[in-house]
Amino acid sequence: MKKRKERIDRGIKARSGDIFTVCSWREMTYLAFPRLLPIVGCLLLPLILSGYWQKVLLSVAVFALLAISWDILAQSSMVSLGQALFFGMGAYVAGVFNHYFGWSPFVTIPLATVLGGAFCTLLLLPVLRLRGIYFAMVTLIIPLMLVRVIEASKIFGGTEGISGLSPLPSAWVEVYVAVAALLAALFGFRRMMDSDYGLVLKGINDNDRSVMNAGINIYWYKVQALFISSAIGAFAGALMTHVYMFVGMPVFALDYSILPIAAAVVGGPGTLAGATLGAFILVPLSELLRGIGGLRIVFYGLFLVIFIVALPEGLFHYIQRKYFQFERLVEVEK
Amino acid sequence: MFWGTVVYAVINSVSLTLVALGFNLTFGISGVANFAYGAFYIGAAFLCWIFLNTLHLPYLLSVVIAVLTTTGVGALIYRTVLVRVRGQALSEVIATFGIGLAILELFRYLGFIGFEYTLPVFVDKSFMIAGAFVDMQRIFIVIIGAALVTGLWLFTHYTSLGLAFRGIAQDERTALTFGMNSDWIATLSVSFGAGLAAIASTVIIPLGTISVSEGYDVLIRALAVCIVGGLGSTGGVILASFVIGFAERFTDTYVSTHWTMIVSLAALLIVLIVKPSGLFGKQKELEERI
Repeated sequence: MKKRKERIDRGIKARSGDIFTVCSWREMTYLAFPRLLPIVGCLLLPLILSGYWQKVLLSVAVFALLAISWDILAQSSMVSLGQALFFGMGAYVAGVFNHYFGWSPFVTIPLATVLGGAFCTLLLLPVLRLRGIYFAMVTLIIPLMLVRVIEASKIFGGTEGISGLSPLPSAWVEVYVAVAALLAALFGFRRMMDSDYGLVLKGINDNDRSVMNAGINIYWYKVQALFISSAIGAFAGALMTHVYMFVGMPVFALDYSILPIAAAVVGGPGTLAGATLGAFILVPLSELLRGIGGLRIVFYGLFLVIFIVALPEGLFHYIQRKYFQFERLVEVEK
Repeated sequence: MFWGTVVYAVINSVSLTLVALGFNLTFGISGVANFAYGAFYIGAAFLCWIFLNTLHLPYLLSVVIAVLTTTGVGALIYRTVLVRVRGQALSEVIATFGIGLAILELFRYLGFIGFEYTLPVFVDKSFMIAGAFVDMQRIFIVIIGAALVTGLWLFTHYTSLGLAFRGIAQDERTALTFGMNSDWIATLSVSFGAGLAAIASTVIIPLGTISVSEGYDVLIRALAVCIVGGLGSTGGVILASFVIGFAERFTDTYVSTHWTMIVSLAALLIVLIVKPSGLFGKQKELEERI
């Protein structure tokens, strides 16, 4: 007797898909729990955690932002292997304005978000016509080459970077700014990707020529998606600059490109929430593994391979499926 | 000074061709963008070093074993990992990137860092050519580079396996109906690409030291050459190598060493603006790029 697996929506999922859900606490909880969990968790965690783990939470939030930025780009048909470009651009813009003009972090961070995003968009403008892996290849190269440009031209402190930048008022401000930005980006951009605007972006990913057929200028949309994504990355970079009070060539390092991709792949691409989940798993894990030093990056590499081969949908989709559906074995009909 | 620079520029261009040839072969035939390429390049050099210094094998033998092992590893990676994500270009990229990262960082973790990791030159001699000292190794680079390009051309045009390679590259489904096993051809293309990386590394690395960061640089140089030349086109790769190779060497001599990488970046961006498909990128131009 052959059996096959059948997946059916849970009753509560079907019931809570409608306005009548407000009649029952149980169904309201079912709907609200997955949304409230990250919000409450992110707001309470800084209070519970001690100094060191608060810093870890900060870098979780920063990498989650980078992973979200990767995911938005990937959903609009641009797979980037160089998130470090966005991160580094934001970091340098914030650092330069703070160092040479003495502006406060509360001015430089928003400024770096916008200007850094704009610079990255301009830099990648010639590459926008490329698709798929061609785009990926170029984005891998650009941050690594920008490092050489800074090294060669000795601008902005050259190899030594700029240190002694002004810090944010306190550790609480740092961590809550990061967490608030993460929550805003997660929920805001999830909403955006579900709107008509996001539908066009996803359409470009699925079949760009049919979107062109609909009379939509896909390059203009790609520019906008690129700006949104690079602004998120630039914000993360600008924040980190003021936390470290330093900006230099390491901001273009490969780590800032690889970890976000690893987070998005492990968590599950295409949902933004998956990218965040991935960052919440990988960054603390890498802190715990700090003892083994360089071997960490070996593990990232292997994680990437294992997840892309064995669980390409990622953890988030897997959990989501379990939450919404149950599975049972049924006989195969003859 | 001028003619000396030209000589060195030619040598630089040929070594760029050598570096990019394997990447281009793999991509041109099976469409797999092998981001583990730099890892193969450095891995082969370290293997050769281990055979030579730990196991005390003769130099020629250790080079041959290193090249063959790398070729085998390439095939193994295709059969175990890549075959499962074949056709999903971006999964391939992420998977090979992960493999390359793991291999390179493993070498770094095992402590293969330092100036003692060098390979000896084949023959220790040098000549005066056009007012510049050129050592024998650099001449070997030119000879082996030219031999590989000619050999590959003959292989892909006059042997049945080579013709099958081109068949798969042109139209995979039609090639399948003619009884060519596209999975095995793709396996061979990845392993030949790895083998070419190994040959390039054993020829070029005696001029410097084996370092892990070189693995990333090699990947970037190979990518830059392939993008400028047009992916999958051998003629384009050679032309692009000469464009970038000459530009690099001349900035090196007349401007400053620091600016060489920037020249490649500028070349890359200009080519992308003017001709997004690369200098010679005709193949599948419409489908893969706009």
